[in-house]
Amino acid sequence: MSSMKEIFGSFLLRELFGGLAVTGRYLFAPKTTVRYPEEKIPQSPRFRGLHALRRYPDGEERCVACKLCEAACPSMAITIEIAPDENGKRCTTRYDIDMMKCIFCGFCAEACPADAIVETRFYEYSAESRDALVWTKDMLLENGERCEEQIAEDLGRDMKYR
Amino acid sequence: MLDIEIDGKKARASEGSTVIEAAERAGVHIPHFCYHKKLSVANNCRMCLVQIEKMPKPLPACATNVSDGMKIFTHSGLVADIQKGILEFLLINHPLDCPVCDQGGECHLQDMAVTYGGARSRYREGKRVVSPKEGGPLISMREMSRCIHCARCVRFGHEIAGIMELGMTGRGGSSEIQTFIGQSIDSELSGNMIDLCPVGALTSKPFRFLARSWELSRRRSVSPHDSFGSNLVLHVKNDRVLRVTPHDNEEINECWLPDKDRFSYEGLASADRLKKPMIRVDGALREVEWNVALDYTAHALRDIVGTHGAEALASLASPHSTLEELYLLQKLTRGLGSGNIDFRPRRRDFSTDGKHSGIPWLGLRIAEITDIDAALVVGSFLRKDHPLFAHRLRQLAKKSGRVSLLSVLEDDPLIDLHARITVRPTGLAGVLASIVRAAARIVNVDGAALPEGIDPFPENEAVRVIAESLVNGKNCAVFLGNAAEQSPQAGLLHALAAELARLASARFGFIGEAANSVGGYVAGALPSGLNAYEMFGQPRRAYILHGIEPGLDCHSPQQALFALKQADMTVVLSPFAGGAFADYADVLLPAAPFSETSGTFVNTEGRIQSFEGACPPLDRTRPAWKIFSALGNMLGLPGFDYDSSARILGEIVPPGSAFVDGLDNSLTGSANLFMETGLFADGVLQRIADVPIYFADPLARRGAALEKTKDSFPPEARMNAKTLERYAISTGDRVYVRQGGGKALLTVRLDSSVPDTCVRVSAAHPVTAGLGDMFGTLEVERV
Repeated sequence: MSSMKEIFGSFLLRELFGGLAVTGRYLFAPKTTVRYPEEKIPQSPRFRGLHALRRYPDGEERCVACKLCEAACPSMAITIEIAPDENGKRCTTRYDIDMMKCIFCGFCAEACPADAIVETRFYEYSAESRDALVWTKDMLLENGERCEEQIAEDLGRDMKYR
Repeated sequence: MLDIEIDGKKARASEGSTVIEAAERAGVHIPHFCYHKKLSVANNCRMCLVQIEKMPKPLPACATNVSDGMKIFTHSGLVADIQKGILEFLLINHPLDCPVCDQGGECHLQDMAVTYGGARSRYREGKRVVSPKEGGPLISMREMSRCIHCARCVRFGHEIAGIMELGMTGRGGSSEIQTFIGQSIDSELSGNMIDLCPVGALTSKPFRFLARSWELSRRRSVSPHDSFGSNLVLHVKNDRVLRVTPHDNEEINECWLPDKDRFSYEGLASADRLKKPMIRVDGALREVEWNVALDYTAHALRDIVGTHGAEALASLASPHSTLEELYLLQKLTRGLGSGNIDFRPRRRDFSTDGKHSGIPWLGLRIAEITDIDAALVVGSFLRKDHPLFAHRLRQLAKKSGRVSLLSVLEDDPLIDLHARITVRPTGLAGVLASIVRAAARIVNVDGAALPEGIDPFPENEAVRVIAESLVNGKNCAVFLGNAAEQSPQAGLLHALAAELARLASARFGFIGEAANSVGGYVAGALPSGLNAYEMFGQPRRAYILHGIEPGLDCHSPQQALFALKQADMTVVLSPFAGGAFADYADVLLPAAPFSETSGTFVNTEGRIQSFEGACPPLDRTRPAWKIFSALGNMLGLPGFDYDSSARILGEIVPPGSAFVDGLDNSLTGSANLFMETGLFADGVLQRIADVPIYFADPLARRGAALEKTKDSFPPEARMNAKTLERYAISTGDRVYVRQGGGKALLTVRLDSSVPDTCVRVSAAHPVTAGLGDMFGTLEVERV
């Protein structure tokens, strides 16, 4: 009896129509996927993307070369070298973040006493070589300049929870 | 012993000890800022307040003596409240700049604030700002706002360094630590204030902003400079020594370190470091591979020994070399058949060689120095030659020990002296003989056994006072300093000191010139042929120099350079390329400095101290013991197969021994002591050559920060007013100082500390490298 049913079912393409019904239902249901890169999902103000080094409005670097981010980094992605600058101020001569090591935990931003290193909402920095994934001080500062408005806004929104 | 109770635990404390000491003994830590075990109690930080039963108010643990049955509470609620309050007050004016502070991570205030302080500050008003101060080339005083006024630095100045260079001005909120107006910090022990400062107010200038404390790996080592063998901690990052701090050793350096040991590490990274072996090809030094250099050296040495005999070879090592290096060098030299080996390049008189009963040493343990009753130091620039020995004597003088000086320069040792005599270098033996005779008279011995040919100085008040202090004291000592060892009368002075010690039942010994001055004797690096002076006086065909720069490190640079320039073959092992080597070296082999090799130093009390390398050798540099063993093997000499420096050490001293055996200063015979008569003629100008503290060895000479100190000013021709008048010259004049065929152009300076008919012209400086004997005669001629 059951084998008869199976034979009829397969001749009438019952499973195919069952599958198509699912497709049809999802065709008209509201979508959860976004059409990246044209569309992007919304981000939290605490989004942890590519790092940036910030400057004060007068152009001075915020970083005081305390190396706390380097010490806090669990994956040892940050390399800093320091020296006094011409004014005798402590500053970094090298600030590299190896994005291949970074796990985007945000400890560096949390450790920073000057809000100098932050994580921005920017995450599209794929590269074709390993070298290009080591972000140097200049690149990080540039990213900071590009994203400063957003960073300031995000930090402001987060301020009351800190 | 007293029975006390700390936090409910029974403990025992010695009578007269303070609560903080008793607690430390019982393993309870009481937080403190101003208290330091080596300094007087100031009791001004109030951090160590504790509760004591039956006392109405809390008491400072550092200034309260324990009594029997005392019950102390160090962590009660009240104490915790007080500590929180004290820290809140301290932090009112302390800037919160820990991220940019070099003390960050090793700061007492930071630690205390985390452990005992409150969570947040209630202070909203403005903070005190203190202007930066200038503290000289070694200590940075830029952020004096960080100061918490514990006054440890001030107390260190007058209690340990013997000179107050920092003081507190103003009152209350406007009190500031600063130097005297227009003065910098110049003490040779000043670096210790960096360690003492519990916050980041006084920090190291050369180390400024180079690294954070948590990045550094700390490795134990031993100082390669003076004869104390101070214990060091080398702070290393990326295979580079970035800082040096003391390692506490009560027996040797306590918790102190002279600036030379602390800051000379900069020389390890100097641009002058030799990186690759070099040999002379067509008149110029060229970089080559190790195998080429060693092969060339071995062949050349074998050729010269084969053609001219083994006596044509001489080896000279620096007394700053390790025991293993000295041992291998002498083994190599003797293996080639030559007995011309020495490690005492600054000596003139070797007449006691072969007459020693044992190995010359300090005569007592370093820790015993502060317990003697009276001491006489002969011929020493105390503070500059042996900063920590001077410190021990300073503490001795404070404990009412009688310290007397017989020296060639009336410099200020910053010690409360019992008596002092200053004579020209040739007068040292005469005065010492006079003291011996006075001592013999006091102890009623029929005539002292004075060496022949000595002419005792007429006895005066000072002579009598010194002799009395030595004879009347129960536990006394006579020390011979560097000038006495380097003087042309070294043998005489040795014999006289021995006689004085015998008469006064005192001990006597040598303070020692360098880190391995005792070690050289242990290693047997002593001549059976020509000694360090003769090997240049009678020029040889081939020289092996290890760790010395002959123009700066030899008794007579003139003679040494002449001999080296005529030699067929000069092999130099050195960590530094040293510009002058280009004139005479045929082979330059880069040998690792102390931080990059394992080795052993035997300090002046005979203590054997081994250390490991703190970082790998730079570039193609190799440890000298490896170079010597490779050379030995290439020359086909037996017994050069070593795989570690410990194996070499095992051949020299019995394994596991802490001190060397056979330390004995006595002489077996005193006949035929060397006497240079030319120096005694009246009216002959005699040179007094001190070795400036930061020029004493190749490493110290390259410390960039040390070069900026006042002690590194270029040499001058210093004379007293009488001598100046006789030669009709005055301060500021330019003169040629001539010795033999060499001359140096120097500026004249009036210096009342120089005895009559003497000129103080420092040795070990490139300016005076053309001159002759350190204590020879010289001529002064106006330009």
